[in-house]
Amino acid sequence: MLRYLLRRLFYAVPILIGVNLITFALFFMVNSPDDMARMQLGVKRVTPEAIAQWKAARGYDKPLFINESATALQQVTDTIFFDKSMRLFAGEFGRSEDGREIGQEIRQRMGPSLAIALPTFVIGLGLTISLALMLVLFRGTWLDRTGVVLCVGLMSISSLFFIIGGQFVFARVLKLVPISGYESNPWTAWHFLVLPVAVSIVAGIGGSTRWYRTIFLEEIGRDYVRTARAKGLSDARVLFGHVLRNGLIPILTGVVVVIPSLFLGSLLVESFFGIPGLGSYTIDAIAAQDFAVVRAMVFLGSVLYLVGLILTDLSYTWVDPRIRLK
Amino acid sequence: MLATLCLPVLAGCGSEWNDPYPSTERGNNKIYTSFSERPKHLDPAIAYSNSEIGFIAQIYEPPLQYHYLKRPYTLIPATLEAMPEIRYFDQSGRPASEATPADQIGRTVYRMKLRGGVQYQPHPAFSQNPDGTPRYMNLDGRQARAVQGAAGPMALADPGTRLLKAQDYVYQIKRLAHPAVQSPIFGMMGEHIQGLQALSDEIKAQIAAQPGVWVDLDPLPLPGAVAIDDRTLEITLNGKYPQFIYWLAMNFFAPVPREVDQFYGQPALRRSNVRIDTWPVGTGPYMMVHNNPNSRIELARNPNFHDERYPCQGEPGDAAAGLLESCDAKLPLIDGVVFSREKESLPYWNKFLQGYYDESGISSDSFDQAVRVTVTGDVNVSPAMAAQGIRLQTSVRTSVYYLGFNLLDPVVGGKTHEEQRRAKLLRQALSIALDQEEFISIFLNGRGQPGMGPIPPGIFGHQSGQAGMNPVVYTWKDGAPQRRSIKEAKALLAQAGWPDGRDRQTGRPLVLNLDTTSGGLGDKSTMDWMSRQLNQIGVQLVVRSTDFNRFQEKLRKGSAQMYFLGWNADYPDPENFFFLLYGPEGKVAHGGENTANYNNPEFDRLFRIMVNMPNGPARQNVIDSMLRLVREDAPWIYWFYPKTYVLQHSWLQNFKLNNVASNTLKYERVDADRREALRQEWNKPLLWPFAVLVAGVLALLWPAVRAYRSRSGLDAFGNRVRGD
Repeated sequence: MLRYLLRRLFYAVPILIGVNLITFALFFMVNSPDDMARMQLGVKRVTPEAIAQWKAARGYDKPLFINESATALQQVTDTIFFDKSMRLFAGEFGRSEDGREIGQEIRQRMGPSLAIALPTFVIGLGLTISLALMLVLFRGTWLDRTGVVLCVGLMSISSLFFIIGGQFVFARVLKLVPISGYESNPWTAWHFLVLPVAVSIVAGIGGSTRWYRTIFLEEIGRDYVRTARAKGLSDARVLFGHVLRNGLIPILTGVVVVIPSLFLGSLLVESFFGIPGLGSYTIDAIAAQDFAVVRAMVFLGSVLYLVGLILTDLSYTWVDPRIRLK
Repeated sequence: MLATLCLPVLAGCGSEWNDPYPSTERGNNKIYTSFSERPKHLDPAIAYSNSEIGFIAQIYEPPLQYHYLKRPYTLIPATLEAMPEIRYFDQSGRPASEATPADQIGRTVYRMKLRGGVQYQPHPAFSQNPDGTPRYMNLDGRQARAVQGAAGPMALADPGTRLLKAQDYVYQIKRLAHPAVQSPIFGMMGEHIQGLQALSDEIKAQIAAQPGVWVDLDPLPLPGAVAIDDRTLEITLNGKYPQFIYWLAMNFFAPVPREVDQFYGQPALRRSNVRIDTWPVGTGPYMMVHNNPNSRIELARNPNFHDERYPCQGEPGDAAAGLLESCDAKLPLIDGVVFSREKESLPYWNKFLQGYYDESGISSDSFDQAVRVTVTGDVNVSPAMAAQGIRLQTSVRTSVYYLGFNLLDPVVGGKTHEEQRRAKLLRQALSIALDQEEFISIFLNGRGQPGMGPIPPGIFGHQSGQAGMNPVVYTWKDGAPQRRSIKEAKALLAQAGWPDGRDRQTGRPLVLNLDTTSGGLGDKSTMDWMSRQLNQIGVQLVVRSTDFNRFQEKLRKGSAQMYFLGWNADYPDPENFFFLLYGPEGKVAHGGENTANYNNPEFDRLFRIMVNMPNGPARQNVIDSMLRLVREDAPWIYWFYPKTYVLQHSWLQNFKLNNVASNTLKYERVDADRREALRQEWNKPLLWPFAVLVAGVLALLWPAVRAYRSRSGLDAFGNRVRGD
């Protein structure tokens, strides 16, 4: 197991270098350091000297990949790519182009993102699995058909509609919760979180329930289920004790991988509900041509995704004792 | 289910369950407003956009400010005893007068006397140990952690204060030259303030000698900014630059004490994002007490604010509008300001309607809900808004939006004299064909005034009525300007060598290219409308949409043909608009702001004269001549002057739109009791529909529960084995 983990971590290094390289190339394909300077300095009264000074202060006056004026190893190390991207491997996120410490910013924004994403994930997962099992229990009946139609209906509606509709009905008309806002105090923040969490769960019910239903339908027809029923086990025990357990592998494939990424938040929900999370951090940075933040967030996203994949592999051994990681 | 569980807890929130503010804030004397874009910079040497100045203008005090009520905009002292004393000296250093020709002036000296007793807000940078040394200059680990919260440096105990000194202004002017600060106005001020450029070179040398070490600007000499004594400041400019007085009302010239710069220079604070760029320190009416730019920024009354009074004079109509009721009251009139971040317009609008914001702009989506335009063109709030006591204020902004022509382009600019003559006629024809009145009506809900020249209303030089009409595009008929006909536009087009939109020689159609960025004025519907307008005279339009960077690059290289741009006034002087057409400001040749690359020697000559004249009939005459030239040459189509529409709740008092000053929150006042009563009335939770909804969900689940229970009681043959 340990050797397997080390090998996976070793594989992650070239992947992360590749991700960095692609991010770097794509970013600088559409934005030159001059463009970045102009964006940061504003469009009013910006002189070429100010642009040159901005670039020099942040190291953007160097060549992108190869520094032909340098010698030996410095030809590679004295470049924007090495300066900006390779430091990430040492855990140094650096400063955003407007001078803020990115690590501090991520730490500050992670809490609010998790406050939405974690309950949405946990409650949503529990609810959709339960609903899927219920539909499977009543498969072929009008309850199942109605449930599937409702799921397709929910899937067909844009999540933006749920957000705007939820805000209008529960916050504007019924006045039960604030329309938007956030407080860092967990004892008072919850009443800002109820609506975005509920809306996120409802927006995800349709797709997830249908998917899980398909998984469980495959399981419910198997021999072990018939045996369990023949033993006289109750429906609840058959569903939650056997069908769910055996259907977990495909569920875990899709679910565990997103757990680490929960930190990164949700763009739409955070924007509309005024949650100061990480959801919009990358998008705002792209709009502001803030390469420092873009590279840091892409790197973080890649690391979390790789961690998610490793966790997924580990989770297989937990639900299926036949699987061994070598 | 989740919401049901939460309901009993919500009941504990009091009468307004949807209140986005802590219950402890109810009934307090604060203003609640919002911001959509997080401020990038709060450093007074850097901040230049409205989203930044809106905050720091309440905290910092430059020497001058604009009168809150008077129009035209009038400069008055802020931290000064009186307006600056301005002295001129000729090239050989002998005293000269204001009437001396500008090219003979060698230097101009602004001498300013500070008011006594102006103190800084409480701040740890001023805290001292008993021996007089700074208390918080080397923060320990616990202190460094404490400042990482939303209260920032204000979390440190026992903040100190001190009196404002002339040296603080000098220090800030020196900061403009600091290469690490990167002030956007350094390039321009380096030309005007004596010795600023040399100071920058000296700072660079010090940084190169000791990288990473905080540079003390105090010992570095700057002949252009000198503190004669603690209360007397002298700024010396090269030559004559009369518009400098307006810069003295901007944040770039606000005081920054040396000890504050040193305090924020500590590595422990910089690592925690606690910098002068995030935690301003000033002498103004408010101080920052909470800064989370992702959600909430809060200002509180500065307990040390000096004695400043609400004005007792304004323009006609101010008394009737109740704007003089607070005459001579001590400022500020409210205890604080809460800015909440709203990235989306819909939640922001709904919270305004619920009373959780005191004032609001109007987005296009909400316009019909908020405003009614009468048949006579009067604008009022809708009956629903009126029922809530909401009032509307409108004002034409000191901004101009224009469609520029790149005069280096062979078609719309021309190279030879004959080509230039033809291109001018073409531009005039286009100016007539593109109907701004229709544009404003369709796309702006009437929130704009058709442009007649580069100078918007509210700026000296702008004239209304027939005197201010653009005769190239309009004729005066029945007491109002009337757009010239399409027939006249076609005639001009034919004179330009493009009869019916085709080249007289070759017969090829006239195709014009409009360079835009996506969004804003480059939207598809707008472009479709423009194409239709130009089709009326047989001209074809090609829209070249691109991203912001490429668009700017096209302007810099002169490869654009037509483009939309706008300009907001830095200060209320015609120079700030005419310089956009001044030859030496040409974008391609000089990298300036004249994106049309307009180059008319006569206009440039008049510009140089106008710049140095005081406002008065003589200056107006020169301005009229300049306007005649630019209307005739039509380097721009003067598109529109935007109008601001602001809705305010009945409890917000002393609110008057101001397009130039940003430090206006100190004048506003709220009737907190009325606000609280109305918020309660408007936000009573409605429970029965929610109960119906919950019952509906349960009703949906009930058949499943029943079916499950009945299944559970059957054996393999369907017989009931357990009674229920």
